[in-house]
Amino acid sequence: MQIATRRVGDTVIATPTGRIDHQSAGPFETALTPLVAESGARRGPLVLDFSGIDYISSVGLRVLMVAAKQMREHQAPFLVAALQGVVAEIFAISRFDRVLTVAPTLDDALARCSPEARAQYRGSGTAPAP
Amino acid sequence: MRVRFWGTRGSLPVALTAAGVREKLLAALRAARGRPLSTEADLDAILASLPFSVAGTYGGHTSCVQIETASPDFFICDMGSGLRPFGQAATARRQGAAQTFHIFVSHLHWDHIMGLPFFVPAFIPGNRVVFYGSHPHLESALRRQQEQPSFPVDFSIFGAKLEFVHLEPGRTHEVAGVGVTPMLQRHGGDSYGYRFEAPDGVVVYSTDSEHPLAQAEHTDRFVGLFRNADLVIFDAMYSLADAVSVKADWGHSSNIVGVELCQMAQARHLCLFHHEPVFDDAAIDSVLAETRRLEEITRGEMPLHVSAAFDGMEIEL
Repeated sequence: MQIATRRVGDTVIATPTGRIDHQSAGPFETALTPLVAESGARRGPLVLDFSGIDYISSVGLRVLMVAAKQMREHQAPFLVAALQGVVAEIFAISRFDRVLTVAPTLDDALARCSPEARAQYRGSGTAPAP
Repeated sequence: MRVRFWGTRGSLPVALTAAGVREKLLAALRAARGRPLSTEADLDAILASLPFSVAGTYGGHTSCVQIETASPDFFICDMGSGLRPFGQAATARRQGAAQTFHIFVSHLHWDHIMGLPFFVPAFIPGNRVVFYGSHPHLESALRRQQEQPSFPVDFSIFGAKLEFVHLEPGRTHEVAGVGVTPMLQRHGGDSYGYRFEAPDGVVVYSTDSEHPLAQAEHTDRFVGLFRNADLVIFDAMYSLADAVSVKADWGHSSNIVGVELCQMAQARHLCLFHHEPVFDDAAIDSVLAETRRLEEITRGEMPLHVSAAFDGMEIEL
């Protein structure tokens, strides 16, 4: 699985797309691992933009739990943003919305973890008007 | 086949309290406001409109499930505190005839064996009680439970003929016309799930079983155990978030994993089991509703029926 990434200020925004199921959870973890390592090492925020994810299985959720734990050990912020329909329901049913930091939008996620990154994001012209 | 649930609670028996009964009564009375109450049909209509958490209760006995087959023998999974009411019901049907009980033990933790000292049929001469399991210390663990100072009477009090049968995991054993296949599960001290195959149905009993999500081989094994089952009785004690974080390695599973495994295995009916003892009836109702919603939004070609076991529940296959 490919994860599009971009650096906005001190924050890495990772944008996976498609389904994270039993088949793709492994590649998702492989792609996520270096992002967690890099962000954790510099204690910088890592935001997963889930606006393009339309399904996540228990195996995929476990990958998020492992990443969150590693980021927490580095005292680095880890947020998941913009959950869509089915995925938002799966987060609620699994209670992952209670153990991970979940933001309704990418803009809101950046506001929580890095005002600097949020300002740059808004100035980039890609953010929706507040 | 018919499955009867005599104990459905995980880890520890619980009981509905006076405060809990009062909450239910108040909720029922509120629901009855402004509605006709003069006939029995009126009352039945109000009761039918109430959620199960108000009109009923999931109960508090620990694991004990009866599987009725074409055989006159009794098939039982686990000897939690639900074994006591089962034993009384079976004895009431006895009519002087000897009875045979085949009891399949998932593992030897207290909540799965605590009913044996109160199992009336074991006290009756002429009865036969056969304990099946894959743990090497099945007999000694059951005997130890009834030794001083833990219990006042040991096995010598039992009048029935007691037998112990070791089952090799992964192999199908023929028991009174039913194919029984035990399989090793991940749980402290090991546990075993059972697949029961009869001409008229397949039932899987899989409790006290944790599922390491990243291990494809493990998932494949359980998909095989659940394959095309008519009913899967599944340990759904925790939320997935708890099962992979603060309660990782506690040996239990979640409703999410139950749905996924049953969908992969094309099972027909998932029954949530081994309920968390701190959950009240409303909490279990919520878990059931959420699990049904999860099945709905993730459904493939084949729908999966989802239920939550309660003490006294019967499922006809």
